[in-house]
Amino acid sequence: MSKSKFTRRGLLKTGALGGAGLAMPTIFTGAVWADAHSGFTNAPQGDTVTLGFNVPQTGPYADEGADELRAYELAVEHLNGGGDGGMIPTFSSQTLDGTGILGKRVEYVTGDTQTKSDAARASARSMIEKDGAVMITGGSSSGVAVAVQALCQEAGIIFMAGLTHSNDTTGKDRKANGFRHFFNSYMSGAALAPVLANAYGTDRKAYHLTADYNWGYTTEEAITASTEAMGWETVNAVKTPLTQTDFSSYIAPVLQSGADVLVLNHYGGNMVNSLTNAVQFGLRDAQANGKNFEIVVPLYSRLMARGAGANVKGIFGSTNWHWSLTDAGSQAFVRSFGTKYGFPPSQAAHTCYVQTLLYADAVNRAGSFNPCAVAEALEGFEFDGLGNGPTLYRAEDHQCFKDVLVVKGKENPENEFDLLEIVEITPVDQVTYAPDHPQFGGAEASLGTCNPGA
Amino acid sequence: MDAIILQILNGLDKGSAYALIALGLTLIFGTLGVVNFAHGALFMIGAFCAVTLQRLLSLSHEVVDETRTDFLGNPLKVEVPYLQDWLGAETAAAVISWSVPLAILFSIPIMIVVGVAMERGLIKHFYKRPHADQILVTFGLAIVLQEVIKYYFGANPIPTPAPEAFTGSFDFGALIGMDPYTIIYPYWRLVYFAFAMIIIAGVFAFLQFTTFGMVVRAGMADRETVGLLGINIDKRFTIMFAIAACVAGLAGVMYAPINAPNYHMGMDFLVLSFVVVVVGGMGSLPGAVAAGFLLGILESFASMAAVIDILPGINQIIIYLVAIIILLTRPRGLMGRKGVMEE
Repeated sequence: MSKSKFTRRGLLKTGALGGAGLAMPTIFTGAVWADAHSGFTNAPQGDTVTLGFNVPQTGPYADEGADELRAYELAVEHLNGGGDGGMIPTFSSQTLDGTGILGKRVEYVTGDTQTKSDAARASARSMIEKDGAVMITGGSSSGVAVAVQALCQEAGIIFMAGLTHSNDTTGKDRKANGFRHFFNSYMSGAALAPVLANAYGTDRKAYHLTADYNWGYTTEEAITASTEAMGWETVNAVKTPLTQTDFSSYIAPVLQSGADVLVLNHYGGNMVNSLTNAVQFGLRDAQANGKNFEIVVPLYSRLMARGAGANVKGIFGSTNWHWSLTDAGSQAFVRSFGTKYGFPPSQAAHTCYVQTLLYADAVNRAGSFNPCAVAEALEGFEFDGLGNGPTLYRAEDHQCFKDVLVVKGKENPENEFDLLEIVEITPVDQVTYAPDHPQFGGAEASLGTCNPGA
Repeated sequence: MDAIILQILNGLDKGSAYALIALGLTLIFGTLGVVNFAHGALFMIGAFCAVTLQRLLSLSHEVVDETRTDFLGNPLKVEVPYLQDWLGAETAAAVISWSVPLAILFSIPIMIVVGVAMERGLIKHFYKRPHADQILVTFGLAIVLQEVIKYYFGANPIPTPAPEAFTGSFDFGALIGMDPYTIIYPYWRLVYFAFAMIIIAGVFAFLQFTTFGMVVRAGMADRETVGLLGINIDKRFTIMFAIAACVAGLAGVMYAPINAPNYHMGMDFLVLSFVVVVVGGMGSLPGAVAAGFLLGILESFASMAAVIDILPGINQIIIYLVAIIILLTRPRGLMGRKGVMEE
């Protein structure tokens, strides 16, 4: 190993490199120039623009992250005029024409969130400061989304959230620079409760098992509130550690509690394991209070359903989007994604693809990459053709309002992807709430003001 | 009463896994004097042996079914297992369904090879080094192994069901005269407990009643003297490492239907198993087994809603709390011997 010492020769070399770096307006120094000339962070120079895709590439949600990354790559390809264009032709706003964003070719960098808030912030910061990313998007956990959203707010960057379902992302932790297309816990509760009351009756006693973190709390709160409004009673709600893998000691007492419904406020590996345990302990075959015992999973994903195998059959839940939807947008996306990768996209992939298109379109409509101009273009924006029917990006909290899908584990799947069937498409009116709803931080919650950085 | 019986039953299967892993750890520590942090990875590799065998048995070729379509509207390609071509649909399904028990046979040679390779290839070079070095290198090895598994099998849990005959649960409460549906217990967990008892009994019998076991026990007590008697104790200790690897691997194979295997399951069990070893007493095999069951059952009790209501968060710290209490009152652990790890 050589020892590092300052020598005359070394100093000259460093000086020469530094001089070359300063003379060239490369992507690395672009941020500096932009700060001086355009009044916002990382204004794109030259004929390219860089987007930052911050997804879990390692850790427990790595498979979900991989699917998100596939969707982002597909979106970039379509924005730059490649492939079959995916949802660009079906998107109601027709500003995207395959020439990138505002005529600039789209490039991207990726970061690994590891589903850890600090790692996610570090990778987002690196993409902003080193790579000059003008927009950050992605994530597969609400803890990460809230943390990265706050960072983007400080840095003066637009954050287009990926899969994040906690009320807080657009509730008490909402930010002027952050936008969420994905639905949330409240919407799951509002959509699920009537279907549950219809299927299982209004005289039910529910037992909740809840993942012990941000998303778990808001989901438990939302499902409890909406089912109690239907006449259900909540017998107990037990928090389970996020690192738990064997839930048997939590599942076993459920039958003795007098409950006849088990609600699993779990996601990812937690959900796969708790559901598997619940089925092993015979809850699906059991009788309680003279009724069949039932299980509910508020947030479903196909990737999770695959992990849980046959255990998901007949179990109700909600989802943001499903590949079996037959509208033109969904079909175009499934065809495009399926042809390129050989399997249908997940809901995580869908929301990430849509967020990228929505950002690109907002920049085109605003005529600027300035985050404040982009935010203004997204606020109150109504669109269609992206797979969820008519959708509104509400100005007050930057949350998308659209129909919610209530799904059920399919009894007789026709192929390995055919795991969930859509039971009901809950109309948007039924899941809409006031921006100052108590579950969303009440009257105190505020977006703050848009930060262009620089 | 019924709640107590239920949580004891519940603690048995987790306790079985702790006991099996801790048994292996103690064997390695007692014979080789190595603190093996890669032992959890061996448990995980065992579970993935079950996954691999299930996949091997289900190896398929594509048959295009013109009558059905896939998600893109093209003719559906149906995967037909080769086994089905050879044995017929019914027999093939039965064999695939029994892949976890069959994986016991499949995993033994694999675990022996992995164990010997690990001991001869890496750990051997760390016998004379401080325990801190051993912990670092085996912990590093565990991370490498788990990343390799993640690379090939992905990050999500892979469902590996038990044979059809054992998938259900039985009404234990009704058996002992209680109301139906008060105590439900899955068959496979009972199988797991019985399996663990057989393995534990086997290891003890092996050490107690064979000449090989006698030499190993003598070596554990005084390695130098046994060496002076002209016995190649190193070779025997390598074999013991392989046996410990097998015990961990088999524990993993049979655990696969209880919780779908994922790449970090080894780490989840490893830390707790170390606590089990320390509580049981470093180097004491019966101590490891007893402490495994004790802590498994206590963990079950601590996660009862009634207990959490009184002491919130107790479910997450119970094991460490008990460990502290036991070590304060019995510094050598439950059955620790004087002189082990005390120089």
